[in-house]
Amino acid sequence: MNFPVLSLITFTPLLIALIILVIPKSKENLIRWVATILSLIPLALSIYIYIVVQADPGTMQLMEEYSWIPSIDVYYRMGVDGLSAVMLILTTLLSTLCYYYSIYTVKDRVKEYYFLFLLLQLGMSGVFVSLDFIFFYVFWEIGLVPMYLLIGVWGGKRRIYASIKFFLYTLAGSMAMLLAIIAVYLNTGTFNILEAAAAQPFAGNFTVAAVAFWAFFIGFAIKVPIFPFHTWLPDAHTEAPTTGSVILAGVLLKLGAYGLIRIVLPLFPAQFAYFSYNVPIIPILAVISIVYGALVCMAQWDLKRLIAYSSVSHMGYVTLGISAAAASLAINGGEQATTSAIIGLNGAALQLFTHGIITGGLFFLVGMIYDRAHTRDLKDFGGLGAKVPYYYGIMLLTGFASLGLPGLAGFWSEFFVFRGAFAIIPTFAIIGVLGIIFTAAYILWKVVQHVFLGDFDQAKWDAATHNAKLTDLATFEKVTMWPLVILMVLIGLYPSLIVRLLNAVSTTMFSNF
Amino acid sequence: MQIFLFLLPQLVLFLTVVLVFGIDLVGSKEKKWLPYLALTGAVISLGTSLYLYGWADIGEESVLGGMIAMDSFSLFFQIFASLVAVFIILLSMAYMELKSPYQGEYYSFILLASFSISLLALSADLVMIFIAFELLSISSYILTGFLRKDPKSSEASIKYFLYGSLASAMMLYGMSLLYGATASTNLVHIAQSLAVIEPGLRWVVYPAIVLLVVGFGFKTATAPFHQWSPDAYEGAPTPVTAFLAVGSIGAGFAIFARVMLTALPDFQMNFTALLTGLAIISMTLGNMVALSQKNIKRMLAYSGIAHAGYIMIGLVSWESGVLNTVFDGISGVLVYLLVYLAANLGAFAVVIAFEHKVGSNQIEDYAGLIQRSPLMAGTMVVFMLSLIGIPGTGGFVGKLLVFGSALRAEYYFLALVAIINSVIAGFYYLNIIRYMFFQPLDEAPREKIQLPGSLTTVIILACVFTLLMGILAQPFIQFVQDSLGFVIS
Repeated sequence: MNFPVLSLITFTPLLIALIILVIPKSKENLIRWVATILSLIPLALSIYIYIVVQADPGTMQLMEEYSWIPSIDVYYRMGVDGLSAVMLILTTLLSTLCYYYSIYTVKDRVKEYYFLFLLLQLGMSGVFVSLDFIFFYVFWEIGLVPMYLLIGVWGGKRRIYASIKFFLYTLAGSMAMLLAIIAVYLNTGTFNILEAAAAQPFAGNFTVAAVAFWAFFIGFAIKVPIFPFHTWLPDAHTEAPTTGSVILAGVLLKLGAYGLIRIVLPLFPAQFAYFSYNVPIIPILAVISIVYGALVCMAQWDLKRLIAYSSVSHMGYVTLGISAAAASLAINGGEQATTSAIIGLNGAALQLFTHGIITGGLFFLVGMIYDRAHTRDLKDFGGLGAKVPYYYGIMLLTGFASLGLPGLAGFWSEFFVFRGAFAIIPTFAIIGVLGIIFTAAYILWKVVQHVFLGDFDQAKWDAATHNAKLTDLATFEKVTMWPLVILMVLIGLYPSLIVRLLNAVSTTMFSNF
Repeated sequence: MQIFLFLLPQLVLFLTVVLVFGIDLVGSKEKKWLPYLALTGAVISLGTSLYLYGWADIGEESVLGGMIAMDSFSLFFQIFASLVAVFIILLSMAYMELKSPYQGEYYSFILLASFSISLLALSADLVMIFIAFELLSISSYILTGFLRKDPKSSEASIKYFLYGSLASAMMLYGMSLLYGATASTNLVHIAQSLAVIEPGLRWVVYPAIVLLVVGFGFKTATAPFHQWSPDAYEGAPTPVTAFLAVGSIGAGFAIFARVMLTALPDFQMNFTALLTGLAIISMTLGNMVALSQKNIKRMLAYSGIAHAGYIMIGLVSWESGVLNTVFDGISGVLVYLLVYLAANLGAFAVVIAFEHKVGSNQIEDYAGLIQRSPLMAGTMVVFMLSLIGIPGTGGFVGKLLVFGSALRAEYYFLALVAIINSVIAGFYYLNIIRYMFFQPLDEAPREKIQLPGSLTTVIILACVFTLLMGILAQPFIQFVQDSLGFVIS
């Protein structure tokens, strides 16, 4: 296969960005539509990749490799397996939806907006296909700058504080990661992620390996984010424009978890296992993220902030699943433990996808109500269910998917995570289950009850929103939501669609340990 | 003959100095074309040095009675110095026309200062080093105080001069100690004598090293020898500030590396502790103080101190005799100097253009720049990102090599301090981006800024180089590696 499909899917957004750069600033509609329609190309490519990898999802394929900086053995090296393919679909789908949604909602500095957003897509796609540390790092950081500007220019009231906090947190994490990358290179002599994993850096020197492990781990944990590195997230989410939040929650957080699965676990299995089982720092942090995140949600009155904290909680499941899988390496559980570990890892990876579409959808929905009411204070709402039934229906379904209702996408990922974790680290699994209960509580009580149930009080609404008109979803909003809703239901009914790919990746990984 | 060819870039520069100076004296009419003459000289010098680089079969040899090191390391800094000259002249054209009537002197001194950078880099003898060092210093003092009617400029010049003479004196004392211990001023001979020095005399080398470091630290604006730099940067005409920020630092590190590689290879281990300390102080102090600056020139001055600290890491990490890997430390120093040259000159080009058109150096006046000049704001983002070290820009490659060398040499603490500092630095560089982009545009001034052609050229060239060094880094790294192929020893 000589067709460089991975380069295409990665660099098409850059190409579109350059096209947009030459369109005059005043032709705003042209810019909007060019970006949206051309972004269907990477989306189509990601579906193509999804189909191609079906044959053998457990191995790296569609590889591309060119020498880039031979002096330091840096290669332009790309490849996909099932996990990457799934993440690519998530990235391209959410990006296209954001471009489409922005056609109707972004009025200010349109050219810059689309230019930056496309650069962001370049960075995200690149991370999911890179197989070289430096190459990976380049894409990892490229996404940072556009996101910083997106929050800073198009964000809410405290956008400047939020944007700089986002940037510096992530920069701190990635700097730590950079040192670890160089250390791995100096030890193994390669920047190739797969080869470095096979070489097991610092084998025989547990302490040094543990330091490198933590440097990587913190770099990724900040992005995930895992408690106590999560404090940038509520600010960034709350202040970001709607589409910025969608991409943040939908894809950017996944980069961190993807790094844990793709890099940290294969490179440092012994250390990951040690800190997941013998000294269970990581599951503790995961459980704190889950429970603490959910409890904070209960206390929120800002709808967007609530959804933001729910991401902390839900990404905790991912960490729990990965650490359960890692912990299995520290116990001699034989075949059974390995099976559970694979299930846990599948759950974590599936959660990346399902959380991406569900929370992406929730942020869209928050943006839609905010565009009408110009407030997100839950106390201002109430009784909206009768007024905007279409919105209510979609919100209800997405909310149920988020709390893990069987039959919807969120259920399976949580189920797999806990199925894996119960077998390996039962104590943490039991505490973690509390998170599911709290999630149900805040979705039903805070979101559904406060916003939709009860009687609609026109006077209160008018006072809170300065006589805003309350209309049900417009066509473009429905079009934005439907693909996500369909996926939530589809994966809820037939999870194999995704899990088959993820399972092959996990199985391959564990056969190498 | 080969010596003549090797020195051709210098000779061209020097000849241009004489020409510009001489023509300016003849007749009283204003000569608008003098800057172009200076530019032509600098471009020819750059051309010949690049040509030499591609063509010459440079070995490693001390020539002219051991005064000049004819090696690829010298050639690297000949190119560096000519580049600096070309860019600074382009930066000065529109700006100095308004600021000063003494065009001839100004360009002569810019050329003379650039000439002394390369002279310093190819000195192989302490006497020669001192002469070149002083030539560079004195031209810099004059250039700093060039705006005679501006008290800030004069104050900067005096301060710079006082610090500089003290530093020179201390450096000279160090040289004399070194001479006393080895009975030679030639760097190669010094290394040979030091290799067999009597144990009883060995201690003399340590104070000598410390005193030499004072001189080099002054030139590179490394803390704690940096006190002159913020005032000099703020007071000097902005193109001169750019020269000090890039040229002066380059010259300082050139001679620092030269003395270390050639004269003191056996003693490298003895002053790593000293240099580690300097690097840590420099990075931390530079970044901390830069955080609170409101004047962009001062901010760049303090950030320059921090960058000197990063570059110092490369020198610390060098291990005697190792010059063939990219993580050897010295490669990192040279690559860092190149990327710093591009990004910093680009940033100064924007600052100069802004000062030229708007008349302000306050960071808050950059508000809404994206609206007034997308070119300036867009390229400034690239320069700031490069100075932070974001991948895709040259700054990343520089940091990668420097930090990598620290890890290779197992200076983990130093690497840790460096990355913490990189994050801190992110804050004030982003602050500029914040002002340019985030301010609500309706509150910012709206009128467009039209740039003079010379500044546009510099801005675009610097931006292209910054991106090229980040995206296609290999040729630049190879260039540096080749330059380190031959160093006299």
